[in-house]
Amino acid sequence: MSNSRLTSQTPLKSYRRALLVGASSGIGAALAHQLAEKGYQVALLGRRLEMLEAICAEINQKHGQGQAIAFAHDVEDTEQVPALFGQIVKQLGGLDTIIYNAGILLPVTVTEFDTEKDLQMTQINYLGALAWLNPAAAYFQTLKTGQIVGIGSVAGDRGRVGAPAYNASKAALHTYLEALRNRLTRRGVHVLTVKPGFVATAMIKDSPRTLMVISPEAAAAGIYRAMQSHQQTVYVPFQWALLMQVIRHIPSFIFRRLSF
Amino acid sequence: MNPQSLPFERLKTLENFGHSLQAQSYLYRPTNVEQMNEVFKQAKQSGLTVALRGAGRSYNDAALNGGGIVMDIQDMNRIVEWNPETGLITCEPGVTLQKLWQHILPDGWWPPVVSGTMTTTLGGCLGMNIHGKNNFKMGTIGEQVVEFKALLPTGAEITCSPKLNGDLFHAMISGMGMLGVFTAITLQMKRVYSGMLNVHAWNVPNLESHIQALTENAPNNNYTVGWLDSTASGAGMGRGQLHTANYLPEGEDPNPKKTLQVAYQTLPATMFGVFPKSIIHYFMAPFMINPGVWLINTAKYIAGMREGHHPQSHAAFHFLLDYVPNWELAYGRSGLIQYQSFIPKETVREAWREILTLTQKRGLPSYLGVTKRHRPDKFLLSHAVDGFSLALDFKVTQGNRARLSALLQELDQIVLEAGGRFYFAKNSETSPETAKRYLGEETIERFKALKKRTDPNGLLESDLYRRVFGS
Repeated sequence: MSNSRLTSQTPLKSYRRALLVGASSGIGAALAHQLAEKGYQVALLGRRLEMLEAICAEINQKHGQGQAIAFAHDVEDTEQVPALFGQIVKQLGGLDTIIYNAGILLPVTVTEFDTEKDLQMTQINYLGALAWLNPAAAYFQTLKTGQIVGIGSVAGDRGRVGAPAYNASKAALHTYLEALRNRLTRRGVHVLTVKPGFVATAMIKDSPRTLMVISPEAAAAGIYRAMQSHQQTVYVPFQWALLMQVIRHIPSFIFRRLSF
Repeated sequence: MNPQSLPFERLKTLENFGHSLQAQSYLYRPTNVEQMNEVFKQAKQSGLTVALRGAGRSYNDAALNGGGIVMDIQDMNRIVEWNPETGLITCEPGVTLQKLWQHILPDGWWPPVVSGTMTTTLGGCLGMNIHGKNNFKMGTIGEQVVEFKALLPTGAEITCSPKLNGDLFHAMISGMGMLGVFTAITLQMKRVYSGMLNVHAWNVPNLESHIQALTENAPNNNYTVGWLDSTASGAGMGRGQLHTANYLPEGEDPNPKKTLQVAYQTLPATMFGVFPKSIIHYFMAPFMINPGVWLINTAKYIAGMREGHHPQSHAAFHFLLDYVPNWELAYGRSGLIQYQSFIPKETVREAWREILTLTQKRGLPSYLGVTKRHRPDKFLLSHAVDGFSLALDFKVTQGNRARLSALLQELDQIVLEAGGRFYFAKNSETSPETAKRYLGEETIERFKALKKRTDPNGLLESDLYRRVFGS
């Protein structure tokens, strides 16, 4: 973890600054590139420092030195967050956007109940988000500006036989983000809930059934568009909005009999 | 060590003067020296840096510190001592030029060096070592300082004068607030016998006559300043208007008691007697495009063809920038930047011609050009040369940033080739390489060595300092 500061902005070279939790691969890595492309300076967090540093090196080579910086962090280590948040704001020279993208899916069979797996998913997908978005919300509400983005999932819209704790962790994140939005919109802060469908990342490589799979780059582009247009909730790709509208309205007596 | 984080309630988004930059910082407004020292201690505990801020009138990032602490000294604004017999005044650093002149003018004194706006604080004025329209005659504000006291980030308090701690005296004045914070400043004021100045205004038709007029008039008048129509090209390139102003000798003002009153100096509240000045910037905004500015400049030049002599109050003559409140908002959402260069008299003709030609060729003419005559000074980070300055205002838009940035890099090269210098309160895009070239590596090393002495933990840092000197 370097202690160096990113390049300060000038009137003619102004930057927005984003903190990206969960950036070493998949959607996070693609978002890092997307944001750098659009003139953001980015602080990238994840467990795998080598991968983060490779992404930073690529960004700094392409967009000039001092545009990206990496921090090794395990979101299960919530005690570390307040100090690290302060440190990152210092090194970025401020903060305009925070994106919580950390998430895991630990597969369980339809008859399996594994508390350890479920607690871990809850910890990473939801409790880590609380730890990071709370200080960001407090920071932004004082400044009356800023943007909070949470990467949820279409899986958070219903509880299904295949992934109870994963569904619940994402649903909890969605509800938390909704509450943040209701608190912070009046204070000039934009809160975006992103619900991606299937994205071609390591997370779904073992999934037996997938549909409408898109690349992480396509997902990142969709997320960036929603950030710019200040949407509240966005399905990525948008077709999922229609599909989930149907799924959310399937009555329970049918849903109980479904196998997915 | 786990740094202790500062309360978010302190967070504030601060801007530069031109509204072209924003930075989020933890803002502290101490009211005495102990509280100033407390800020340094907090900074050390939290692992953050501190930038000093006065009225925030720098056009660049001098008073900004993104992600760090900003110590705003505006609440330390007491006039500690004023002696109307000797003209010596001691002020806290947050005293503005406005408060200063309004305090002393009724006694028949005026600050010998003032900037184009009176809202600046003395702390900021010394940090940047400002100059006025009389730089050639009176030097910078630093040359009017008899003594100052300062608090160093180490907690030590020091007193400096040209003789006592002379090296720090000449480095802290001009030192961008990077060595320590002024706590009391003693200045010598200038005796005046009237609240009025005799102002003479006339047109100069081209670059040659413009430079010649500045050269001839600066030594012979109390104040000399030029306005340059930067939209004029060809034979009229460099045309503009010169203003000189002189104090009235003792006895010439029939009623000095009246003209020395603050009320007599006050800028009018309405323009043409009708429009409140607070709304004028809205009417200016539509003209802030290339053809509109050409129109205004041309009209101003034609209007100036009638040579004029007129009396004008000190405040009205000096504080043009305060004449239209929030004039800088007329430049729109992305604000403005100012590019000021100081060029030796030997190379100025060619350099100014190149600068004006290039701005016009790139389709980015400056919207306001101001010229002055200068002399060198002894301060460490000096912007002065035996020559001339040209200050150019540019409107920033969403679309022109990259082109403007490229243009300024080209202008930097012209200025450096001509042996010129820059000014840390103005230019926002000066690169470390450019700073090194005009200041010289030795000067920068000397400054850094002094900083190591006064601020061994490197607590004082602004966005400007990091940009030009590296952190």
